[in-house]
Amino acid sequence: MRTPLLTFLAAVVLVLPASGVLPAFWATLLNMIGISAIVALGLVVLTGVGGMTSFGQAAFVGVAAYCSALLTTRYGFSPWLALPVVLVVTSIAATLIGLVTVRLSGHYLPLGTICWGMAVYYLFGNLDLLGGFNGISGIPPVSLFGHPLLDSRQFWPLVLVMLGVSLYLTRNLLDSRAGRAIRALRSGTTAAEAFGIAPARAKLAVFIYAGFLAGLAGWLFAHLQRSVTPTAFSLNAGIEFLLMAVIGGSGRLWGAVLGAAIVVLLKNALQDYLPLLFGSIGSLEVIFFGVVLVLTLQKAREGLWPVLAEHIPQRRSPVDEIATALAMPVRPKGEGPFLLEAIGINKRFGGLVAVNDVSFSLAKGEILTLLGPNGAGKSTTFNLLTGVLSLSSGEVRIAGHSVAGASPSQIAGLGVARTFQHVKLVPEMSVLENVALGTHLRGDSGFLRCLLRLDRPQEAQLLAEAARAIRRVGLADRIHSPADSLSLGETRIVEIARAICLAPRVLLLDEPAAGLRKAEKNRLAELLRELRAEGLGILLVEHDMDFVMSLTDRIVVLDFGTRIAAGLPDEIRKNPRVQEAYLGSVA
Amino acid sequence: MTVLLSVEDAAVSYGAVEAVRGVALQVASGSVATIIGANGAGKTSLLSALGGLLPMRGRVIYDGHDITRLGTADRVAAGLALVTESRDLFGTMTVEDNLRLGAYTRTRAEAAQGIEEVFGRFPKLKERRTQLAGTLSGGERQMLATGRALMSRPSVLMLDEPSLGLAPLIVRDIFHIITELRNDGIGVLLVEQNARAALQTADHAYVMELGRFVMQGAAAEMMHDQRLVETYLGISGAGN
Amino acid sequence: MDSTIALFLVQDGLINGAIYALLAVCFVLLFAVTRIIFIPQGDFVAFAGLTLAALEMGVAPGSALLLVCLGVACALFDLAGLRNWPPAGWLLRRLGAYLALPLVLWLGVRDLAPMDLPVWADICLTLVIVVPMGPFTYRLAFEPMRNASILALLITSVGVHLVMMGLGLLFFGAEGYRSTPIWGGTILLGPMMIQGQSALLMVCTLVILGLLWCFFTRTLAGKALQAAAVSARGAELVGISVETAGRRAFVLAGLIAAIAGILIAPITTLYYDSGFLIGLKGFVAAIVAGFASFPGAVFSAIVLGIIEAFAAFWASAFKEVIVFGLVLPILLWRSLTNPHDEEH
Repeated sequence: MRTPLLTFLAAVVLVLPASGVLPAFWATLLNMIGISAIVALGLVVLTGVGGMTSFGQAAFVGVAAYCSALLTTRYGFSPWLALPVVLVVTSIAATLIGLVTVRLSGHYLPLGTICWGMAVYYLFGNLDLLGGFNGISGIPPVSLFGHPLLDSRQFWPLVLVMLGVSLYLTRNLLDSRAGRAIRALRSGTTAAEAFGIAPARAKLAVFIYAGFLAGLAGWLFAHLQRSVTPTAFSLNAGIEFLLMAVIGGSGRLWGAVLGAAIVVLLKNALQDYLPLLFGSIGSLEVIFFGVVLVLTLQKAREGLWPVLAEHIPQRRSPVDEIATALAMPVRPKGEGPFLLEAIGINKRFGGLVAVNDVSFSLAKGEILTLLGPNGAGKSTTFNLLTGVLSLSSGEVRIAGHSVAGASPSQIAGLGVARTFQHVKLVPEMSVLENVALGTHLRGDSGFLRCLLRLDRPQEAQLLAEAARAIRRVGLADRIHSPADSLSLGETRIVEIARAICLAPRVLLLDEPAAGLRKAEKNRLAELLRELRAEGLGILLVEHDMDFVMSLTDRIVVLDFGTRIAAGLPDEIRKNPRVQEAYLGSVA
Repeated sequence: MTVLLSVEDAAVSYGAVEAVRGVALQVASGSVATIIGANGAGKTSLLSALGGLLPMRGRVIYDGHDITRLGTADRVAAGLALVTESRDLFGTMTVEDNLRLGAYTRTRAEAAQGIEEVFGRFPKLKERRTQLAGTLSGGERQMLATGRALMSRPSVLMLDEPSLGLAPLIVRDIFHIITELRNDGIGVLLVEQNARAALQTADHAYVMELGRFVMQGAAAEMMHDQRLVETYLGISGAGN
Repeated sequence: MDSTIALFLVQDGLINGAIYALLAVCFVLLFAVTRIIFIPQGDFVAFAGLTLAALEMGVAPGSALLLVCLGVACALFDLAGLRNWPPAGWLLRRLGAYLALPLVLWLGVRDLAPMDLPVWADICLTLVIVVPMGPFTYRLAFEPMRNASILALLITSVGVHLVMMGLGLLFFGAEGYRSTPIWGGTILLGPMMIQGQSALLMVCTLVILGLLWCFFTRTLAGKALQAAAVSARGAELVGISVETAGRRAFVLAGLIAAIAGILIAPITTLYYDSGFLIGLKGFVAAIVAGFASFPGAVFSAIVLGIIEAFAAFWASAFKEVIVFGLVLPILLWRSLTNPHDEEH
């Protein structure tokens, strides 16, 4: 029943305005909604999914509009010929702004875009080439099959098709390997980096994509209005686009359309009625918009779309678990007997020595436990081994290769997977999507391939791999649950499934049994034995003695960042130094 | 000895995950109560909620008043102080400024008297009074955090893992001071992974597992509880 | 260019730079204590200037009525947030601050404005009208967003700017005003002739920066604010609530912005929306200083003022393009020298 209804609706919106039944005024509003929705769509991905934002999208729209205006009026380009040039120019502008800010902490990007928006606005207004504050007029219309689209009613199908294409591309993106990587960044970069995602690159890609969409909208705008002036691309216009994304629901595709519709219609209504109330003293609708923006962020930070979407049933495509298995990753061949070696590693924070000259090694098919009281330097050691922290001195070798200065992504690429003491999952993503992050390095579908949906065979393999890992750890019945609905114990198990998806040689587990019930612990122990039998090296930090003693092959004991003992479980148990350090008798 | 802090049916959740549920406890003046349990059992969540840092359900009665809805700052003003696991010192400010700010809710005269008392208890802090808090060693940080909490003249002091990352000698000092505070009439609620040290110092103990209290009783008796010894007093229990 | 012009431009730059410095300090202060990047900062500058100009003309300023509106909204927010009946003292204090103070001001100013008050009285009235707008705005827009991300707070702050700009238009009208100089004389300093008002502005800026420094290093209240900036949790643990610290920071920011407005009102013609551009320049200086260092913010603000003055001389049409465009290379430099600014 859904599809016929949608088809009917689509026919109505497509045909009605174009057929001439609808007044031209309404067609103009629809065009504005459609064009704004394309810009807002970029912001939805940027803000709601990528956790960044931009106040300068209007400036990108302006760059595109001016570029097309200039090319068509001055250099005789046809609008269609100008389109690719326009898109390339806007993307380049976005790349430059993005490159400058994506490596800085979150809020510098929006701050940079405020300044960029101001600068571009004044540039438009003061360049003689662009006609100053009068802008450029006489822009030729777009022709479709030889027919110029002169009237707003004729233009509407073009806007609708472009909006449709933008929605399609964006949906493809979010539902893919590249999209998962972007979504993972919103809740911090540490976990994402540990599975090979390069945060700066993913953020830059999203920013360029948002700029690309703004460029498309700018081209439509220029040829719809057939004239451009700087005012349309001021900072205020940029804020209005952001308002659309926030009201509609940042992070939701259809939120962009909803938000654009609300803002455009509201603005129109307010401009009609406010002067009746206050006299025509200027644009007072900003008061209303400002209040709406603040209230949305205070009361419904997810925007309005989720409120509506509650009533629309979610479709969930089943995971095809019989997809052909992923190829095992190709990694540098191991040299020497050990998978992982720490050779005299040191870490100082200012004057504090957190890890002091610690050495140990982990062989294939072995479980090694790091033991020691809280604060003994175990988690710091983990972070040194995985490249999250840099060594003050010493050396870490993975499969015999020194990894001095390597990033967490590079170390993940060598086959080292980890879990975190404080679980780091993406709360709003499902178990399946979270675990699929672990497969990131085993796929290679890039941004473009994902946009154009050419990634499907590989995506099926990645999801199948994730589903298999979830079944293996015994969480098959929670596969579609959002991560924030799980118990602490279950989240730890999900992290292990995610780590397994990397097809690791070395598994680093930081307190995997904390918060687990007895039965869950037994199952986890069973799983770790299986993995050991498959030849993995497992490095464990754990406090639960029962759990450790029955499982581990060897133990290294740390205290105050220093290795105070190493040996078989029974030796450690009887070591007086360990007893003193670990039990810290008061007497 | 009167009951100063009483908690009924406390629950703390992160999203859909319940970290603490159905917990009840009491702390009396001049006594030490301790909560022991494995990492991830919910001890820190409980203590943070009692300090007003996390939202919780249930009831917290302090000195006869329901303070469940009060924020952290108001709880401190009322006399319920918390020293967190992360210490939360003002790293770019001097030791003395940290202490003076500790008496933010008290009068100038009380602050002056308090600072002398703290310097009396922790002579090391007096030596370091002009040093920046961020440059202190782990033990000194713990002393400063405790001293700062004492500056607000609390009648109940909650300590989260005071022995964390400290050398045995310093741990001994810290527990010695906890005993002193108890003798001065302060009620102490102690969360500690060093279960043996905690039980030796405490009067009453609660054992926490997966967000719930599974056992409670006199600390002295718990020291001899075979199951507890095996689970929480770690490797020696199984070995010896 | 000869040295007279250069000296003149430097002087011009210093005047602008001084105002930007005051605003940049506000940006840094508010960000440190509340994590809010308070874009509407500049709107308060314009409001103060326009209030002073209205009082001088013997007209009751629209801002007094605006304050009443904000106060009523705050009172409604407080009442709506109540779950049970509050203590009478608390209620009286809140309603007094949110309702009584603005009402008394509004009624009073309608009678006082037509009387030919001395300048200092106008200035005092301007301050008591504009300064409460800071904490009132904090109460309305930001207090309900305690655990929000920096990003959400930033977007909110932009929303507040929209509201402020619209309200400015509604309450002050679209016309521009310039108030009479507080000190009309001139000073001869070698070849330079300095307007009295400009000299006053620079002296006042220096005094305010000095007082701020004393406040933060010498007083318990100042240290408490600093503590809240260093560690919000630590501040809560010693009894300084995040709300209190936030409110105080906003009082301080409102005060500094109001003084800035009073100082520049005689130098430039102010419109309801000119504050925004002035504010953004302070904001650029704060960005350059990484929202972290007070001296850094002051220094960048002054350099920015001078760059702006010279840009206005050489390429007056592109003055704003140069000032705002400058941010991008500076951010690039920051990202190359300080790439591990990650993880919130």
